[in-house]
Order: sequence, then C-alpha cells, then structure tokens
Amino acid sequence: MAFAAFGHGGGGGAAAPATPTKKSKVALFLLLPGLIYLGLFFMTPLISLIITSLEVPDGSGVMGSYAYGFAIENYGKVVTEFWPQISHSFGYALIATVAALLISYPLAYFIGVKARRFPLIQGLMLTLVIAPFFISFLLRTFAWKQIFSNDSVAVQFLQQVGILGPHDYLVGTPFMVIFGLTYNFIPFMTLPLYSILERLDIRLLEAGSDLYATPATTFRKITLPLTAPGIISGTLLTFIPIAGDYVNASGDFLGGTKTAMIGNVVESRFLVLNDYPTASALSVLLMGVILLLVGFYAKRSGTEDLL
Amino acid sequence: MNKPLPEDPMMRDLIKMARRHQMTRRTALAGASVTAAALALAACSPGGGAAKKKLTAAKDLSASDPNMIWSNWSLYIDVDKKGAHPTLDRFKAEQGITVEYREDYDDNDTYYAKVKDQLALGQDIGADLVCPTSWMAARWINLGYTQTFDDKVLVNKKNIQPAYLGVAYDPKREQSLPYQGILGGIAYNKKAYKAATGKVAPATLEDLWNPSLKGRVGVLSEMRDTVGLILMSQGIDITSDKSLTSDAFNNAIAFLQKQVDSGQIAKIKGNSYKEDLVNGDTIAAIAWSGDIVQLNTEAGSDVYGFVIPESGSTIAADCFVIPMGASHKTNAEKLINFYYDPANAAELANYVNYITPVVGAREIALKKYPQAANNELIFPTEKTLKNTQAFRSLTGQEELDFATAFQAVKLGG
Repeated sequence: MAFAAFGHGGGGGAAAPATPTKKSKVALFLLLPGLIYLGLFFMTPLISLIITSLEVPDGSGVMGSYAYGFAIENYGKVVTEFWPQISHSFGYALIATVAALLISYPLAYFIGVKARRFPLIQGLMLTLVIAPFFISFLLRTFAWKQIFSNDSVAVQFLQQVGILGPHDYLVGTPFMVIFGLTYNFIPFMTLPLYSILERLDIRLLEAGSDLYATPATTFRKITLPLTAPGIISGTLLTFIPIAGDYVNASGDFLGGTKTAMIGNVVESRFLVLNDYPTASALSVLLMGVILLLVGFYAKRSGTEDLL
Repeated sequence: MNKPLPEDPMMRDLIKMARRHQMTRRTALAGASVTAAALALAACSPGGGAAKKKLTAAKDLSASDPNMIWSNWSLYIDVDKKGAHPTLDRFKAEQGITVEYREDYDDNDTYYAKVKDQLALGQDIGADLVCPTSWMAARWINLGYTQTFDDKVLVNKKNIQPAYLGVAYDPKREQSLPYQGILGGIAYNKKAYKAATGKVAPATLEDLWNPSLKGRVGVLSEMRDTVGLILMSQGIDITSDKSLTSDAFNNAIAFLQKQVDSGQIAKIKGNSYKEDLVNGDTIAAIAWSGDIVQLNTEAGSDVYGFVIPESGSTIAADCFVIPMGASHKTNAEKLINFYYDPANAAELANYVNYITPVVGAREIALKKYPQAANNELIFPTEKTLKNTQAFRSLTGQEELDFATAFQAVKLGG
C-alpha cells in the first residue's frame, strides 16, 4: 500500500513528462516534500530492515558480521524459536486491550454523557485522564514496580489471604505485565471513546426507552452501534503499540524471566547478540501480522458492525 | 565560510561533498531519484559486508590540541560537592590537557552496538579513551580496533598489579590497561537474609539455592559473572579452555535454567539489580563488589554484605583502550599514566570503591584513607585475589554460542 503510493510519486517526476497536465505537475510539486520525507524516513528504514532480515552470517565468526543473502528461512526460524514470545505479545495485547476497553467505556460514558450537564466535572475528569502523561511513563511504570514490590503491603496482604503462596510475588508475572500494559494505554482508549460519546444524541436513548426497550437493549441497539467508530479507533490505538511494547515486559520494569514479548527479543538480539537478521525478521513479522490483523478487523467492523 | 575541515575522515568527506553541491542544489532537488537514494541508503544497513582490511591509526593531534574526550561508566570517578572531578582538575593543572568527561558508557553491549560500524571503519567514535570491560576490550583488540600504547609516555605502566598481566588478548598490556578491577560474588541484605534462612551470611554459591530464598534471588545479566560463578561452584576452572568446554558451559546453563524455571531466581539483570536489593525484592544476588560498598555508603550503615563464595569469585576489569579513530592518543596516554600514579590511584579508589590495579596505592591509602584501605572489597588481600578467576577468552563463535544460550535463559519461554 505504502509501496504503491511511493512508487507512483517517486517515479512520476522522471518518467512522466509526456502526458500530464499542468495541474498534476503542481500537485506533484506540492507533494514532493512529503514524498521525500516519506522516502527518507519511512521507505529507507523499511527497505533496510527487510534487506537485513534476509542476511546470512558471513562465516567470519565475528559477532555481528552478516553478508547479503536471501535467507527466507530466517522467518521460519524466528517463528519456531520465539513462538512463546510471539504468543505473549499478541496474547497480552489482546487481554490488555479488552481490559482497557472494559475500564474505559464506562469512564468515557460517564465523562461524555452523564457529566454533560456539569462542564466543570467533565473538564476535571478529562484532565485526570490525561494527567499521567505529565510524568514520564517509564517513571510511572517503575512506580508500579515499587508499589507491588515483594515486601509491599499489597503483596503481603495477598499472601495473608492466601491468593498468593508464601513464595509467590507479583512483579515478574504475566498478570503484572498485563496490568502495566492496561494501565499505560487506558488514555489511548478513553479519549477516542470520549470524543464519540460526547456527541451521542441522548434523544435517541430516550426514544428507545419510550418504545419500551430495556436499558440493556437500548445500549446494545443504539449506544453501541453509534459508538463503534470510537471503539474501533480506541482498540487500534491500544492493540498496535501494546503488541510492540517492550518496556512493561522487560525485567527492569514489571516483567520477569517468563514474560518476554517480541520487543524484548528484538532488543536482546539487536543490542546484545548483534544478530541483526533475526531481530529484523522478528520486526518485519510483527509489522506484517499486525497489519493483517488490523486490516481484517477494520474491514469486518467497517462493513458489518458499523451499518 | 572556509572553516578548517574536521579531522574525522567521514565528516570531512561529507562537508566537501556538501560544498561541491551547493551550486547544484536546485538540480539535486529536481532529480526525482528519491527511490534510488533510498535504496542506496538502505544498502548501508548495519553489518553488511564490513571491510576486513587492516585499520590504521588516526593522526595524533595531541601536540597542537590539548583536549581529549573520555567515555566512561557512570559513578566511576571522584566527584566533589561542587560536581567537579578533583583528579581530573589536577591532571589539567599538571599537564595542561582539558578532558571532556562523558558518562555515556552505560553498557558494554549497547555501547558496542552504537559504535561498531565506525570502529570497523577506523573512524572517530567521538571518544579518545574508552573503558570497556575486559572481555569487550578483548573483542576490540582482536578485531584490530585499538591503538598500541607508547611506553615512553606511559612510564607508570610498570605499576600494574602483576595479576593483570598475561591475559590472552593482550599479554603485555600493549593496547589495554585496567582502570578498575571488579569482583563478582554474592551480595545479600544482612537482616532479610538472616530472617529468611536463619544464617548470618551465605558462604557458598549453593546457599543461593536455599528454598527459603525462593523468588528472592537475583543474578547478573553479565554472562561471564553469573555463569562463571556457577561453573566455579561446579569445580570448573574458568581460566582454562581444557576445563571450560562448551559441554561444561551448557551444563551450567542447564543448571541456571532449572533455577529460573523453579522460580528460585526471579531476576536476571544488569546494573539495575541494585534497585532490587534496595527495595527488598532481592535478598541475595550475584553482584559486583564495588556496588555494595556504594550501596552501604548511600544507606548510611552496613545494610548489605558481600561475600566471595568458597569456590572463588570472578574477576574482571574495565580497561582503558584508545580506539583507532581517536586523534588525541598522546593526551589519552598521559591521562592513563596519571591514573597509574599510586597517589592518584589511591584517591580514585577511595571514591569509586572498586579495586585499583596499581601497585603502591594501598600503602598510600593506608596513610590517607585508612577506612578504605582496610576494606577488603576495595583493597583485597593477596589471599582473596588468589581465589579469583577471570573468564577465559572466547573465540568469536564461542562468544556467539554462549551468549545466545545465556540470552535464551534470560528471555525465558
């Protein structure tokens, strides 16, 4: 998709002086800065990444030396070798997105619909949703690590009531990673939902109850379909970055030795082992799978649920 | 507009090219060769076809330019209350050389990943002096990325502790000199350890596998320390390639994996392991000696202990090296020479709390800084030093295989 757009613009200037009208030349000229930017900062790294993902060891035995090749098998290798981490990435992303939706929807509904008559409360609550952004998310994530540290009140309480065993802790568990992911991405879910719910026409809900629909039916038949675009953009805005996140699952933050996601593997391969082909293949794979999933999801939701 | 060109050959070429193209910028813009440019740039992807030719040292500008840049680890030099570095200030007063001191060497692997392409081409990496850990220094030396010292400048080189001579990668220390030595051993929170196990202090590495410490044990993400200590506890001599074979290594990795799977070991971390000790997540951990002295200083009392396991501790050193592209070699050598003066070494050791590789520093410290001089972790005795082993140097392939196996444990599954 991006390839096609780029090919058009990039090749156009040199190859098409014969036929185009004056108008399209001006349009092309205006597009040029954007195209150059896209070419330099999007296409170049992407092509570089794909080329790197196909490289092979150059046989010198020196760490990080690779030669150009066409090793499609790199992709097969990363899938089999890093299957657990790949499944963590998408599994955690799915759970965290659903959790964020379940938390954000009522919140956005309250701010956008119930608090409509009280602009002060509305403004205050919106500020509270955005307020965490004023502090670096690394610090916030680190704060959770401290709050749930092994000797913390929270963990001791859970151990006392028997939810955790005497030698079980929270930091380093999948639960903690998903918790961190959900927490960090809730604003990205809440804001698009709010912007849709804020415009929800309440008269339609009144009409629903006038026609003897239960609140649940009104919600299912009216509110939900009308707010579907917000749900879709919210889930996309959370799912995509979560699948590629590596901070929460990193052992330096909320993760442990069994929670690594694709991002953590890429980091380890790229920076520690200088294994660029594997890291690149994983990145391309992550990008491809997300593109497919999102494309499928957008198409499905776009054609069926939205109507 | 005709400023002198910078020394770095790559920058020089770039500027020349830019000047040449100033007149033809319009044509350059008009050319719709973005695609071609993109592909050309893409071809510069890292790792692709690194030149294997022998590198030559950059021209030494020390005589005309009394400056140099030193990239070092954080918290690795003396600092006074005003944030200045007294030893560096004295070096400037004595030699007239201004040192730009950068604390940007945060991790061996990430630093290497950042500069490796310039190193491979013999270009300036933005530092005249760097202090990688010995195994990383070995990699640089083996690949021909470092310059050879001039012993006429480095007269104090004779003060080196003999224990640091004879390493495989640089037996005569012609391209690398230890800056500070580091012991790998066991750190523990004294109170919490006693509460959990009933014992006063761990004595052997096996004490870390005590079930009552389950989930509260950490190990370093530095493969040579963690696996090295495990190997030593299994009776392997990690200095010898006869004893430390790949079978022995894999055996130790399997053991480590078992401890991780059972939940005994909860953390495999680099420098940030200190935070886990401080917030109590970790009760006992494989750790670096100097950190523990610093943590106790910060805590204001002896909260943490550090022991050398009965099977011995690992020893490594962060080493001064001068990269091929560095253009202030003599200045850098003068700085190394300065820190190989026992008086300066003692002052430094008193602050950074790591082990000084300089003979004679202890005698001076005994007079000036008795507390540090009597600290076994800063000035270890002969007996302690005898019980240390340095991880043997690895071939490129071994390094890759061992590191891959260790990373697999770290990432889990």
